[in-house]
Amino acid sequence: MNLFAALLFRNRLAAAGAVVLSIIGILALLTPVLPLQDPYTTHMGSRYLLPLSPGHFLGTDGLGRDLLSRLMWGTRLSLAVGVVAAVGAGTIGSAVGIVAGYFGGRTDNIIMRFVDMLMGFPYILLALAIVAVLGPGLMNALIAVAAVNVPFFARNIRGITVGLAHREFVDAARLSGKGHLKILVTELLPNALPVIVIAMSTTIGWMILETAGLSFLGLGSQPPQADLGSMLGEARSAMITSPHTSMVPGAMIFLIVMSINLLGDGIRDALDPRLRSGALARPMAATLVRRKTVPGPTGEGLLRLDDLSAQFHVGKRVYRAVSEVSLALAPGECVGLIGESGSGKSVTALSVMGLVASPPGVITGGAARLEGEDLIGAPYERLRSLRGSRVAYIFQDPLATLHPLYKIGDQLAEAIRCHHPISRSEARKRALKLLADVHMPNAAARLDVFPHELSGGMRQRVGIAMALANEPDVIIADEPTTALDVTVQAQILALLDELRRARGLAILFITHDFGVVGQLCDRVAVMYAGRIVEEGPTAEVLAAPAHPYTARLIACVPELGAGRRRLPAIPGLPPAVDRLPEGCAFAPRCEKATEACTKGEIVLSGAQRRWRCIHPEPVA
Amino acid sequence: MTLALKTEALAKRFPAGRRLLGGPRTFVHAVRPVTLEVRQGETLGVVGESGCGKSTLARMLVGLLAPSEGRIEIEGRALDKADPVAFGKLIQYVFQDPQSSLNPRKTIRAILEAPLRNLHGMGRAARETRIAELLAAVNLREEFLDRYPHEFSGGQAQRIGIARALAATPRILVLDEPVSALDVSVQAQVLNLLADLKAEFGLTYIFISHDLAVVEAVSDRIAVLYFGSVVEEGPAERVFARPRHPYTQLLARSAPAVGRPLAPGGEGELPDPLDPPPGCAFAGRCPKATDICRHTAPALRPIEGDQLAACHQPL
Amino acid sequence: MGRYILRRLISAIPVLLGITVIVFLIMAMIPGDPATAILGSYATPENVARINHDLGLDHPLVQRYFIWLFNMLHGDFGRSYSLNRPVIDEVLDRFSATLILAGVSFVACSILGILAGVVSAARQYGAADKAITFVVLIGISIPSFFLGMMMILLFAVRLSWLPVSGMYEIYGGGGPIDLLRHLTMPAVALSVVATGVIARLTRGAMLEVLRQDFIRTARAKGVHERRVIWGHALRAAMVSVIPVLGLQAGYVLSGAVYIETVFQWPGIGRMLVDAILKRDILLVQGGVVFVAACYVLFNILVDVAQSLLDPRIKT
Repeated sequence: MNLFAALLFRNRLAAAGAVVLSIIGILALLTPVLPLQDPYTTHMGSRYLLPLSPGHFLGTDGLGRDLLSRLMWGTRLSLAVGVVAAVGAGTIGSAVGIVAGYFGGRTDNIIMRFVDMLMGFPYILLALAIVAVLGPGLMNALIAVAAVNVPFFARNIRGITVGLAHREFVDAARLSGKGHLKILVTELLPNALPVIVIAMSTTIGWMILETAGLSFLGLGSQPPQADLGSMLGEARSAMITSPHTSMVPGAMIFLIVMSINLLGDGIRDALDPRLRSGALARPMAATLVRRKTVPGPTGEGLLRLDDLSAQFHVGKRVYRAVSEVSLALAPGECVGLIGESGSGKSVTALSVMGLVASPPGVITGGAARLEGEDLIGAPYERLRSLRGSRVAYIFQDPLATLHPLYKIGDQLAEAIRCHHPISRSEARKRALKLLADVHMPNAAARLDVFPHELSGGMRQRVGIAMALANEPDVIIADEPTTALDVTVQAQILALLDELRRARGLAILFITHDFGVVGQLCDRVAVMYAGRIVEEGPTAEVLAAPAHPYTARLIACVPELGAGRRRLPAIPGLPPAVDRLPEGCAFAPRCEKATEACTKGEIVLSGAQRRWRCIHPEPVA
Repeated sequence: MTLALKTEALAKRFPAGRRLLGGPRTFVHAVRPVTLEVRQGETLGVVGESGCGKSTLARMLVGLLAPSEGRIEIEGRALDKADPVAFGKLIQYVFQDPQSSLNPRKTIRAILEAPLRNLHGMGRAARETRIAELLAAVNLREEFLDRYPHEFSGGQAQRIGIARALAATPRILVLDEPVSALDVSVQAQVLNLLADLKAEFGLTYIFISHDLAVVEAVSDRIAVLYFGSVVEEGPAERVFARPRHPYTQLLARSAPAVGRPLAPGGEGELPDPLDPPPGCAFAGRCPKATDICRHTAPALRPIEGDQLAACHQPL
Repeated sequence: MGRYILRRLISAIPVLLGITVIVFLIMAMIPGDPATAILGSYATPENVARINHDLGLDHPLVQRYFIWLFNMLHGDFGRSYSLNRPVIDEVLDRFSATLILAGVSFVACSILGILAGVVSAARQYGAADKAITFVVLIGISIPSFFLGMMMILLFAVRLSWLPVSGMYEIYGGGGPIDLLRHLTMPAVALSVVATGVIARLTRGAMLEVLRQDFIRTARAKGVHERRVIWGHALRAAMVSVIPVLGLQAGYVLSGAVYIETVFQWPGIGRMLVDAILKRDILLVQGGVVFVAACYVLFNILVDVAQSLLDPRIKT
C-alpha cells in the first residue's frame, strides 16, 4: 500500500489531480454547512449579475439566483451521480462478465449475445429510450447512464476472466476441491479486482459527463434542482449575452473530469506491475551505450567481443546481465555460448548489433568489433546497414519473431530490399531461392502464406532463410531450436550445419543444451551469472571440464541411454545479478570453494582453454 | 501387483471449424482410444512431442476434462464423470508452469490450505500441523508461508505445487512436464525430490515429458505417444535402447547427445489433425512404410515380451 | 472472404431482430396513453378508441410487434403525429444531416487520433509525447457541448469567422462552401473526445506491439526505424485499434445528439430528443431502430476490415 501511494505521488500530474479532486470533493461534502445563499431563491431584480458583484462572488443566473451556491450544490449532485452510476454499472457489469467468462459455453454465449445486442446501439439511443420510458429526471438519467455502461463493464471483465479462467491456478483450485462459487469469489475476483477498480475510477468522469449531457438536453435533473449539466443547459439561451453563466458550470465539469482522469491514469499506472518494472517502455531503435573507455582489441577474429558489459537499469536496481565478456569468432567457425536462464548469454548476443531492449538495457562497457570496426556506439544508420547484411540473427520462437500480418515471401523480400535496391519481382525470385535453400517443401506456394499457417519447424526454416537473405558473414543464433520438438530440432540443426559448411558461415550459437553444442560447435564458452567461466574446444571442454560449474552442470543433465538413476544435482540457486557476490559467483554452490574464492576478482586464465577458477578440476 | 490406474479406450475429441450455420464442421481427435495400465508404485513415463495429446490425456486422468469415450478406473473404482473433487483425493496433478499454477494473489499458506479444507475438511490446528509436514517434505522453510508466489524462483514454486498436490494425500500423481520450465541445475533437484517423495509416501507416478532422457531417468515403464495414440509401450530400459516402432527410433536418434554426431533425421512433420491420414499416422515420415501402413491403422500389440508397438513393420 | 461477409451478415439478423424487440418493449413500457397525448383536450372515448385502432394499440402486444416489424420491413415506419409526416421521410432527412456531421467527424478523429497515438508512442516520454498526452487529456475531459458553446462564443460571436448555427444560411444558402462553413465548428467539437480516445488507445497498442519479438526481428533485418514504426508496428497495432474505431463511431453518433442541439444542426439526434419530450412514440421507435440498424451494418464493415488486415481471423 505504501509502495502504491509512493508510486502514485511520484506521478506529479496524478497528485495534482488527487489534490484538486479532494478539494472539490470536500467542498461538495461541506456544501450544506457552508455559509452559502439559498440556491433556489430567485431575485428578478438582480439577474445576470457579473462575477465579483457585491454579495454574489460568481454573479447570478437568469433568475437572479446566486451562481456560487448553485455551483456548489450542482457539483455535489453531479459528483454523487457519477460515483453512484459508476459503482452501480461496475458492480453489475463485472458480476455478469465474471460469470460469463468463467462458465463459458452456453452461459457465455447467451449473455454475450445480449450484451452485443445492447452494444449494437450507439449508447445514447439506449439512454434516450430508457429516459423516454422512465420520464425525464435526474434519478432516471442516472439509471439510464449506468444501464448503458453495464455492457461495457461486462465485456471488459469477461475478457479478463476468460484469460484468468484458463490459467493453471484455476485448474489447481478445482483439484483442491473448490466449487464454482468458491473459485469465482476466492480465485478469480481477487485477480480481476484491480482491473474493475481501475475501470470504475476511470468511468466516473465519463458518467459525470454523460449525466451532465442528459441534463443539458433537459432530460436529467428538473428545475429548480440543478446539476452542472442542467445549469449549463439553462444558461445556453443567454450564452451570448451573459457567457459567465455557462462558463462557470462548464469549467467546473471540465475541472472535475480532468482531475478524475489524471488520478485514474495515475492509479492505473501505479497498479500495473509491468509499468513498475519498466517493462512497458518501448525499446528504442538501438541499445543505449554509456561507456567511459573503449578497450583496445585483444586479439584477432572476424567478430570479437572485448570486455563487453551490459546492464539493466530498473528503478534504482542495476542488474549486471553481462560482465566483461570477451569472445572471438573466426571465419567459418561455430562457437557455442551455453548457460542457464539469466546467465546473460542472450544479452551478450543481442548487444552485438544493439538489439537489447532499451530502456531498460544499457551497454556499459567494452567493444564488439566486426573486422576491427567497433559496433558498440556506431551511428544508427551504420548499425542498420550492417544488421542483416553482415551480421544476421535467428531467434528462438519463430511464431513470435515473424510478423503475423505479412506474408512469408514479403518478409523475405523485405530483408533483401533493406540492403539491395532491387525490384519487387527480383526480390520475390530471390526469396523463392532462399526457401528452396532451406529445403522448404513446396516453396513457391509457401511464399504467399502467413506465419501462422506454417508449423514450428517450417517457420524456423523461414527464420533461417531470412538470416541468409543477404549472405552475411556472421549468424547469431539465439536458442533457435529451443521451442521445437526433438525430431524437428534435429532437422533444423542438420540444416544449419549443412549451410554453415557450404557457405563458410561463422555462427555464434546460444543454447542451454550441451547435447546441441556437442553436435554443432567447434568451440564452446560457458556463462554463469553474466560472466564466461570457461571456454575452449568443445570436445575437450565436454570431456574434461575445468570449471566446477561446467563439470557439475554436465553431470546433472540426464543423458539418454544412461538408464534409471539419481542425478547429482547442484544445490542452491544461481545468484541474482543485481546482488552479485564478490569473487566467484558460483562459490556458494561449489563443493571446492575456499575463502579465496569469495574475495577479489578471479580472472579468466589460459590460452587455448580458459577458465575462471582457482581450484579447477584436473584437465588432461 | 495391483493396478493403481487403468484406462480403457479413453478418447477425447474437440469440435473444430464451423459451418455457416450452427454445428462444428469436423472433430479433432486429440486423444485416440488409449488403453493403459499403471501398477501400484510404479512410474509410467509418457513421452511425446507437441500435439501428441499428452496434456489432454493428463487432464482427463485427473478429472479436469470429460473424456469423449472410454473409462478410467482408479484402484478399481470407476471414475468416468469429470469431477475434480471426486478425483482429487485419489489422483493429483503437478503443472508444467509452476508460476502460473499458483494464484498470484494468494499466500502460500492459503494455497496449501485449500485442499486440506475442501477435500479433507480439516480443522485449523490439524491444517497447521499438516502444512508443516508438507513443507518439510518438499524442503521448504516455514517462513515462506506468508509470502506470495512471485517471490519464489521456478524451482521453489514447483516445490510448492508439489506440496499442494501432496496435501490431498493422493495415491497417484500426474506430473505434466514438471521440470520443463526449470533450468537444468534446478531440474535435477526437483527430479530427486520427486523420487524421494515417491519412496516416502508410496506414490504412483504418471510422468509426462517431451524430454526422453528425463523420462528414461525416472520411469519404470514408458509409453510413447504420437498423434493421439500410444505407438510403443515397454520397460524403460528397452524402449529407447531397442525401439520397436520407427517413430520411437526417430525420437531416440534425434535427441541431441554429447559425443554423438548430428543425426540426419527424417524429413516431414505431424500430419494435419483436421485431415488425418487413413492408415498409420507416421507412415508419411516412415522409411519402412508400405501400402498397408498407408491404408490400415496398426493396433498396439506385443512385439517381444512386455514391449508393445503399434506397427505393421516393427523393427 | 465472401463466406466470412456472408456469415457476418447472417449473424447480424438476430442482432437486428433483438434490437427491434428491445426498442419495441421499451416503447411499450412507456407510461401514459399516446392517444390522450395526441388528442389533448379532444380526448373523448370514441376519439381515443379510433386513435388506438389507427395506431394498432387495440391488438395484443406480440401481434402488435409483428405488425410493426412487418410494416417496417416494407418501409412503413408509421406516421409521426407531432410532425404529421411519415416517420421514414423525417428519419431519412434528418439522418442524412447527421451522417454528414458524424461522418466527417469520424474520419477526422480516426486519422488524427491514430497519427497522434503513433507519434506519441514512438517518442515515448519525449516532449512530443508529453504534449500530445496532455492535449489528449484535456480533449477527453471537456464536455463536447460546453466546448461547442465556447467555440460559438469565440469564433462566431467574437471573431465572426464562422456562422453561429444551422446547416445552411437561411437566405441564399446552399452549396458545399456554405455547408463547410457551417460544418467546421460542430465537426471539430464532435471529434475532440473521440480523437483523444483513439490517440490514447493507439499509443497503448503501439507500445505493446513495439515490445514484441517480431519488431526486434525487423530491426535485426536492418529495416529502417521509420518503416519499423509506421509499417511493422502500426500494422500490428491496428488489429487492436480497428475494433475501437467501430465503438468510437457509436460515440460520435451519440455525441452528435448534444452537438446538434448546441449548433441547431437539423440531425436525427435533435429529432429524437424533441420526439421524446413530445412523446411521439412512433418517431422515437423508427429513429432508434433506423440508427441502430445502420450502426450494426457499420460494425460489420469494421469486422470485414479487421479480417482483411488480420489473416488469423478465420474466413
